[in-house]
Amino acid sequence: MRAKSTSANPAIQAAAPEGAAATDVGRLSLWQLMKRRFLRNRLAMAGTVMLVILYLLALLADFFAPYHYLAKSQDYVLLPPQWPRFVDAEGKFHSRPFVYGIETVLDTYNLRYMHKADPTQIYPIGFFVRGAEYKLLGLIPADIHLFGVQEPGTCYILGTDRLGQDLLARTLHGGRVSLTIGLVGVALTIMLGSALGTASGYYGGVTDTLMQRGIEILASFPQIPLWAAFAAAVPPEWSSLKRYFALSVILSLVNWTGLARQVRSKVLAYREMDYTSAARAVGASDWRIILIHMLPNALSHIIVVATLSIPGMILAETSLSFLGLGIQPPMVSWGVLLQDATNVTVIVLNPWLLIPGLFVIVAVLAFNFVGDGLRDAADPFAI
Amino acid sequence: MAELDEVLRVDELRTYFYTQEGTVRAVDGASFAVKRGQVLGIVGESGCGKSVAAQSILRIVPPPGRIVGGQIIYHRQVAADGASNLSEMLNLTEMHPRGQEMRSIRGSEISMVFQEPMTSLDPVYTVGDQIMEAITLHQNVDRREARKRAIEMLEQVGMPRPGEIVDNYPHQLSGGMRQRVMIAIALSCHPSLLIADEPTTALDVTTEAQILDLMRNLQKQTGTAIVYITHNLGVIAEMCDDVAVMYLGKVVEQADVDSIFYDPKHPYTQALLRSIPRIGQARKRLEPIKGIVPDPYAIPQGCPFWPRCIHAMPGLCDHDQPEYVPIAPGHSVRCHLFRQEAM
Repeated sequence: MRAKSTSANPAIQAAAPEGAAATDVGRLSLWQLMKRRFLRNRLAMAGTVMLVILYLLALLADFFAPYHYLAKSQDYVLLPPQWPRFVDAEGKFHSRPFVYGIETVLDTYNLRYMHKADPTQIYPIGFFVRGAEYKLLGLIPADIHLFGVQEPGTCYILGTDRLGQDLLARTLHGGRVSLTIGLVGVALTIMLGSALGTASGYYGGVTDTLMQRGIEILASFPQIPLWAAFAAAVPPEWSSLKRYFALSVILSLVNWTGLARQVRSKVLAYREMDYTSAARAVGASDWRIILIHMLPNALSHIIVVATLSIPGMILAETSLSFLGLGIQPPMVSWGVLLQDATNVTVIVLNPWLLIPGLFVIVAVLAFNFVGDGLRDAADPFAI
Repeated sequence: MAELDEVLRVDELRTYFYTQEGTVRAVDGASFAVKRGQVLGIVGESGCGKSVAAQSILRIVPPPGRIVGGQIIYHRQVAADGASNLSEMLNLTEMHPRGQEMRSIRGSEISMVFQEPMTSLDPVYTVGDQIMEAITLHQNVDRREARKRAIEMLEQVGMPRPGEIVDNYPHQLSGGMRQRVMIAIALSCHPSLLIADEPTTALDVTTEAQILDLMRNLQKQTGTAIVYITHNLGVIAEMCDDVAVMYLGKVVEQADVDSIFYDPKHPYTQALLRSIPRIGQARKRLEPIKGIVPDPYAIPQGCPFWPRCIHAMPGLCDHDQPEYVPIAPGHSVRCHLFRQEAM
């Protein structure tokens, strides 16, 4: 701790301009202080960068992947990842990365097609090439992809699934659902949790007791069966989009209790603060005290709790979809993709089908790092 | 005539706290009156119910406290054109504590300065925002005008560089400056009555003197009546026109400041004055009030002061509650010693 503080102090002094230093002492607001502390936290910054990359990949999935996520190819079913190479079989170096062509043979023992790289066919990878048409951000028609190879070569960087669909395209597309369902869910959680938590803490008495017992009952249900029960209640004829929102509502219905309790405890403390009496003494209404004085004080706390609960939501969506209760094909999410990897034979023969799991791990870790960083930054007693 | 120029009359106010250990009679028969444009000091030991009496006036007694009896009459000035002084009587005890009517009085007609300047300001807003909150809640002005008035108020309470301080957060200010901000908030809507609940207790003596000066000057300028709550008799002598002495939830004596200091009637007031040192007096041992303040859960029967009173009359003081009787114009005492005189 000591080493951290001494190394950080010169940075603060250096950050303030020389001339302004004398008059600007102590002029930082709460948020500016939080920002500074957050920027100093390396792990949290790494997490932030990781998240930005993940969200960009998901947002521009059509651009980053060379194929459409639903395009099937019967010739290349369960193709292993084609790694980009620089050095060919003869040891010659290529300045432009390339992939080998694929030679398919029937494995009569396992009775499946075996794909083998054919070192004689070399397809250089082109950048910003034209390929399948798509709509950028759902609006602008485009056909430029970050990379691709000339036909008849193929470029399945992460391999294909059992229908011959590009796993890279599917994983990036799956990220759209998996990474946003947590955000939508958390937004609902914040609304439910902070509204009910504040009411419980501010009014106290019977309201408080009833709400707390209700929360305890809700929290004592085993989570997965509860999710499953809710998810099973969603009508099967609903469209993918409706199902997506239904799922986020389900996740937040189970999730809000934690936030509500934390907000309640904060509000209980703020209710006893002199500034609450002072606000009442100038004639502020209950609503005003709650919205203008209590929530902003609890805001840093709410943000931290919310950030830390996003990974839980991502995992929950993944588990539900994995069990077939969440997102339904043709919509893809990481959980849907992992459904293909449910038995040992598949995993042993086609280990690349687990790659979406890596994305889950990275996203969850990144959110946890960012959440931890926010928590440390919001702690007023931190050095 | 005396009735006319009152701004507030508190009559046999009772505020009880119903806790699990029993009922605490924090205020149990407090009567006092505040005259328009004058300063009433409420003095008493810790726990005698001074602050709860103040909170009762604003109807912000925290639960489990409740006003169970008595009246608080506020005389709202309707028209003041020198010749006629019309006022309308409002009974604050009958209003709903969270209702619109009470809220419109709080902060605009009766406002309050709290004891702890360090925690009475919301840490997430600038002081300007907090002064503007009071102004925009009660006056129909836009943000720019409210900000202008906030800066004016800061200037009025003697804040250096008001144009800059207005954008400061509370943690950037010292205790004395924060208390000035609290006073600015309290006075921002030109109230008829300001309740100051030990506003200088948390400050050091130098700052205390400055704040007292400031309050006295502002009182002269604005003509706001002040209820000044303190346990410091020196401050009372300096600030107040009238004094109410409280003991265990009861006002035992109210009189003008000279009568209290030079002709105290109630044995408690007399004992209180004997227990403070005086400059210039021959050095002798100070005389403390004997005994201790009783447990608030077990207040003695009869006059609450009798176990500590040197004039206690057995059979009377420990049995009957004394009446609150006027013994001279503007001078009332709650003591059996003066019962005969009144009859």
